[in-house]
Amino acid sequence: MNYNWDWGIFFKSTGIGSEIYLEWFITGLGWTIAIALAGWVIALLLGTLLGVLRTVPNRWLAGVATAYVEIFRNVPLLVQLFLWYFLVPDLLPEPLELWFKQDLAPATSAYLSVVVCLGLFTAARVCEQVRTGIQALPKGQIAAGYAMGFRLPQIYREVLLPQALRIVIPPLTSEFLNIFKNSSVASLIGLMELLAQTKQTAEFSANLFEAFTLATLIYFTLNMTLMMLMRTVEKKVAVPGLIAVGGK
Amino acid sequence: MDFSAIIPALPGLADGLWMTLKLMALGVLGGVLLGTLLALLRLSPNKLLANFAATYVNYFRSIPLLLVITWFYFAVPFILRWITGEDTPVGAFASCLVAFVMFEAAYFCEIVRAGIQAIPRGQMGAASALGMTYAQSMRLIILPQAFRKMTPLLLQQSIILFQDTSLVYTVGLMDFLNAARSRGDIIGQAHEFLIFAGLVYFTLSFAASQLVKHLQKRLAV
Repeated sequence: MNYNWDWGIFFKSTGIGSEIYLEWFITGLGWTIAIALAGWVIALLLGTLLGVLRTVPNRWLAGVATAYVEIFRNVPLLVQLFLWYFLVPDLLPEPLELWFKQDLAPATSAYLSVVVCLGLFTAARVCEQVRTGIQALPKGQIAAGYAMGFRLPQIYREVLLPQALRIVIPPLTSEFLNIFKNSSVASLIGLMELLAQTKQTAEFSANLFEAFTLATLIYFTLNMTLMMLMRTVEKKVAVPGLIAVGGK
Repeated sequence: MDFSAIIPALPGLADGLWMTLKLMALGVLGGVLLGTLLALLRLSPNKLLANFAATYVNYFRSIPLLLVITWFYFAVPFILRWITGEDTPVGAFASCLVAFVMFEAAYFCEIVRAGIQAIPRGQMGAASALGMTYAQSMRLIILPQAFRKMTPLLLQQSIILFQDTSLVYTVGLMDFLNAARSRGDIIGQAHEFLIFAGLVYFTLSFAASQLVKHLQKRLAV
């Protein structure tokens, strides 16, 4: 059997309306970015909160945060996604359940599920990075904060977090890139993000090598762009005087 | 919720778990072998080889595993046909395994590279002074020490791979997750089976990571 190479395939009509294949990829990329960014907001906020909780001198709070991290790190992402998409809606109160299942467009309910899933999944990882960042700061800083008359929340807000969050930017960058890659699981609950569009193009056009090559290139470029963006951020907010961040 | 239906399904679920473990074990084995080779290339004085390995690693680390699994599932039969010139049936298992090995090798390469670089330079010099060739000093002096140091990291990556095997769901391979999903769907108890699957993954992965933590403490110098 012969394979018909055709790199022009992306500009050909899909046979559905007047769309060309390239438009599918653009729509897909849009979904991928929308999932990743929304998930990242949840991950960053919740992850920072959990990271702080893991370091506070209160056993119960630290225990809750530790349990969260262990649960969300030891269950596969796909299992978590299925739980959010298939199980959780059934557990909601009736009006909410009906709203989720009947009023929302299928793409919207899948989107909500995957954003919550990735947000909470990534929060466990962000938590660990933030905790490491806080613990890497000299112990004297907390004592100095107390000596200045700060209360514990103030010490976190004014002293620890502004430094810790800046020194953990490099490991957070890799979590940020991961959330983009992990968003591809959305294709398994029917959301037409980049990978799902690629599969669909491969099946419609039979030009699977071209389709997957383009998808790879898009992911690769996205990855490189985000990495360079984060490097710039990292330099902008570097803590002056620290070797690790290459301060000014 | 009624979990009693899980008991008669246990043999089928065990088959699925066996598939998951097989994928993981072979994936780790192949991944570490290919990863070590890549790490050696990456550290080799030959620029061309080092660049090739670096490109390989960057490439696989910037794309999702799910994309690799899907692509290989479609592409492996085609590629084999080009090579052998005839139809060679390849199952989902083989294409998934190739995907895991090639993908994980990029991650294992970085672990092995860091392990090798953590060995003091003098060891290489001492090996050369004893008259060993580059290959001999790597095989007999550097790698055995490096592997001991990076065992915890390799095991951690293996736990990640254990969880990632669930992605073979996309090509319909009957791993543990898929076995649980399909059985739950048939008898209309999808929720119970899904929760059970989550618990099993959690227990295995949590126990393994606690063991790794323990090992890390014991191996710490």
